[in-house]
Amino acid sequence: MKYIDEYRDPQRARLLIAEIRSRASQRWVLMEVCGGQTHSLLRHGIAEELRNDIELIHGPGCPVCVTPAAAIDLAQSIAMQPKTTLVSFGDMVRVPGTQSSLLEIRTRGGSTKTVYSPLDAVELARRNRNEHYVFFAVGFETTAPATALAVLQADQLGLTNFSILVAHVRVQPAMEAILRSPNNRVQAFLAAGHVCTVAGFESYSDLSKKMDTPIVVTGFEPLDLLEGILACVIQLENGQYSVENRYARCAVEAGNIEAQQVIDRVYEVADRPWRGLGEIANGGYILKHKWQRFDAAHRFAHLQNESTLPIIDLENECQAAEVLSGRLRPTECSAFGKECTPDLPLGAPMVSSEGACAAYFRFGPKETVLSQGNQH
Amino acid sequence: MCLGVPGRVVEWVDRDPTFAKAKIEFGGVARVCSMACVPDAEVGEYVVVHAGIAISRIDEVAARLALEELKEFGLAEELEEIRDSMAGNQ
Ligand code: SF4
Repeated sequence: MKYIDEYRDPQRARLLIAEIRSRASQRWVLMEVCGGQTHSLLRHGIAEELRNDIELIHGPGCPVCVTPAAAIDLAQSIAMQPKTTLVSFGDMVRVPGTQSSLLEIRTRGGSTKTVYSPLDAVELARRNRNEHYVFFAVGFETTAPATALAVLQADQLGLTNFSILVAHVRVQPAMEAILRSPNNRVQAFLAAGHVCTVAGFESYSDLSKKMDTPIVVTGFEPLDLLEGILACVIQLENGQYSVENRYARCAVEAGNIEAQQVIDRVYEVADRPWRGLGEIANGGYILKHKWQRFDAAHRFAHLQNESTLPIIDLENECQAAEVLSGRLRPTECSAFGKECTPDLPLGAPMVSSEGACAAYFRFGPKETVLSQGNQH
Repeated sequence: MCLGVPGRVVEWVDRDPTFAKAKIEFGGVARVCSMACVPDAEVGEYVVVHAGIAISRIDEVAARLALEELKEFGLAEELEEIRDSMAGNQ
């Protein structure tokens, strides 16, 4: 495919890197919001190559990483209930709560199941009416339409043995919270292209103007990322701040209207806690009141503070909060690669394939897009 | 989970607004996915699927690019999940 080679052309990558270097009069601080971008920046050695020119802070763009431990604890308590199965995405079962992970809960007799899609959980509930299925709904705007649709399907099927535990988060309020935090260092954002394919990026304009911060919608390809970085640098150097779309092949300003409608029918925006970042105004979704019968947090409200397991405070060792807010590089964490590895993670950023700690563990700061010469 | 997988619409299965479904092919694996958020996508078009629902329509070049990128992190696992999910639930 000719076109793919164009997006991977090392020659073009070198030109972009040279241009970023020549334009940047200082070491600007950029944050990429999405975990997929973090992986690509490390995998292709872009972060390392530009290390002396641009500081890249890895944002909290991994939904598994920002799901609060309290929500995981509640999910575990639900999994221990008789005739109840907690259903989740694969990544989620390995994330530690305050005491243990959902995987460990299985060994204590808890019932959990992983699925590819929340719609599969609806199907499970439809086939087996004697069991209550709770779907653990985590993720950004990209997964919210799927879980919202699960509720609409369960409603239409008249299911009474299905509910969801909602821990969805919204990306833009988190970006604003990061900019407003007193020790913020971020000067420009590479916005998550795939989140924008759903949510659009109309609302970024206000944020960009209000906070004097360039926001560039960017994809995952090495050249996408380099073009995004260059666009940020040019704006910063010119002191002009706006939203730019460098991911036009996938993202349109309005996003996907149908997906937004599905979300709006089921969820409303609410203040929500993010693991590592704390409570974020408008930072997530909750179910609308009319769907309360599908709300696992309501149905299992009596379990909210139940704690029947031995206390091992995993949060003490893990410095995820520092990593997620860009104050610590994963490799600077004392547990990194020692007590904490993808096989035995101490914290969420090491669990998820999109987490920053896992990215550093997997790729390290070694390879570079330049040393690879020709990638094909 | 958060990364979408691009696939090609092979055949519409259901046009109901809530239960809209089509068979989508991902590099050799076909799975029935929800089309509720891309009701106008036609057979032969490419869509990005997140967690079992098609979420955006993209052109072929963008789809191939996204597949390339996914190969490098996690496509194998994503496809595995799609395969597993078919064995269990479809
Ligand atoms: S390396 Fe492990 S312990 Fe350290 S911050 Fe990352 S996930 Fe937490």
